[in-house]
Amino acid sequence: MKSATTKATRLGLAALAMTAVSTAAMAAEGGMPQLDFGNPLMLAQVVWLLIIFGVFYYVLSSIVLPKAAAVLDERRSRIEGDLEAARAAKAEADAALVAHQAATAKARAESQAAIATAGAAAQADAAARTAALNAKLNEQIAAAEARINTARDAAMGALREVATDTTNALVQRLTGLRNEAAVSSAVERALAAQGKA
Amino acid sequence: MAAEGKTIDALSQFELTHAFGPIGAAVNFTQSNAHMLAACVVIVALMAWGMAPRAVVPGRFQALAETFYEFVENLVAGQVGHEGKRYFPFVFALFMFVLFGNVIGLLPFAFTYTSHIAVTFGLAFLVFLVTTVVALALHGKKFFGYFFPEGAPLWLAPIIVPVEVVSYLSRPISLSVRLFANMVAGHVLLKVFATFVVLLGGLGFIGPVIAVLPLSVNVLLVGFELLVAFLQAYVFAILTSIYLHDAVHLH
Repeated sequence: MKSATTKATRLGLAALAMTAVSTAAMAAEGGMPQLDFGNPLMLAQVVWLLIIFGVFYYVLSSIVLPKAAAVLDERRSRIEGDLEAARAAKAEADAALVAHQAATAKARAESQAAIATAGAAAQADAAARTAALNAKLNEQIAAAEARINTARDAAMGALREVATDTTNALVQRLTGLRNEAAVSSAVERALAAQGKA
Repeated sequence: MAAEGKTIDALSQFELTHAFGPIGAAVNFTQSNAHMLAACVVIVALMAWGMAPRAVVPGRFQALAETFYEFVENLVAGQVGHEGKRYFPFVFALFMFVLFGNVIGLLPFAFTYTSHIAVTFGLAFLVFLVTTVVALALHGKKFFGYFFPEGAPLWLAPIIVPVEVVSYLSRPISLSVRLFANMVAGHVLLKVFATFVVLLGGLGFIGPVIAVLPLSVNVLLVGFELLVAFLQAYVFAILTSIYLHDAVHLH
């Protein structure tokens, strides 16, 4: 029991001693190795850092990153191109729709115009035919009226002759006289009085 | 390794050693640089082979590569604007270099080069140089107007100008210390809890049972460190973009 304790104590003392030694060594070195600027490896580390980082930067900036940028640009332009194509297709479809609508509207307008023209033509034709017929009828009416007038005039002329002759004959039978001039003026007056002269 | 001598040694993981045997030793090529090289090879392989199919509909690796590409592209475009396209490769290289440095550093036995202030300051100083050169190239002498905002009363110049100059000069410091401190803190915590697991695990019967606690903490920490790894890379890239925005637009 006693020997074990002694052993433990000895171990502890040894540990303490080691700690003291290592702490002393650290103090001699100046604590943190990072602050031991007397170490030649420190300067060497920085020089190699600059060399390595310089080469690293050169490799990245002139070889690696441009390639990566090319890949990303390619994707960006491809997506952009696809979007552009889709946009163009949509514009084309819209244009086609508009053209179709315009064509439909035009066809409708044309057919309506044709209908209107045909209707107008038919109307004009009918009007012309009516006018022609009217003119023909008017002509016939006028001709008939002229004939009637001629016939009436002739009849009127004959009436005066018949009246004069009849009056002469009556006057001669009744009176035995013959005065043709007086009879004729009397017939004239009578006709005028009846409004048939 | 950390538990050697029963002491918590969370800092030896940051020590620089030679890599690649005698050849590496001859040119002082450290394991830190070897990890940088590995990260760069992984990034270039991902970006080159990932994009190699040039597919319109990307596969897994191409989708991953494109996600990184477009993430940084949007970041730069959002911060710097349309003129930012020229600086995209620079920001992309920085973001990927820091991100993969952080993530690869989380693998067992790996070294985290972003946990070295010399490395983060080297990168931050590079950003500082690039932004200053861009600003001078684009604006010439007008660039110095940046240190005195237009419309401010002239008598304030003795106060404003030194403040602006100091804040401008402290950019690389804040940029580098932020990343460095985050990574160091995370890895020290991981190491400390990992050491607890080993130390407690050696405590007789009860040891392994108690050791489960720090182990579960470490599991959570690894997840948290993954978040920090991404977040710090993002912060580094977005701050670089903001500095570039200032350089391009000067206000």
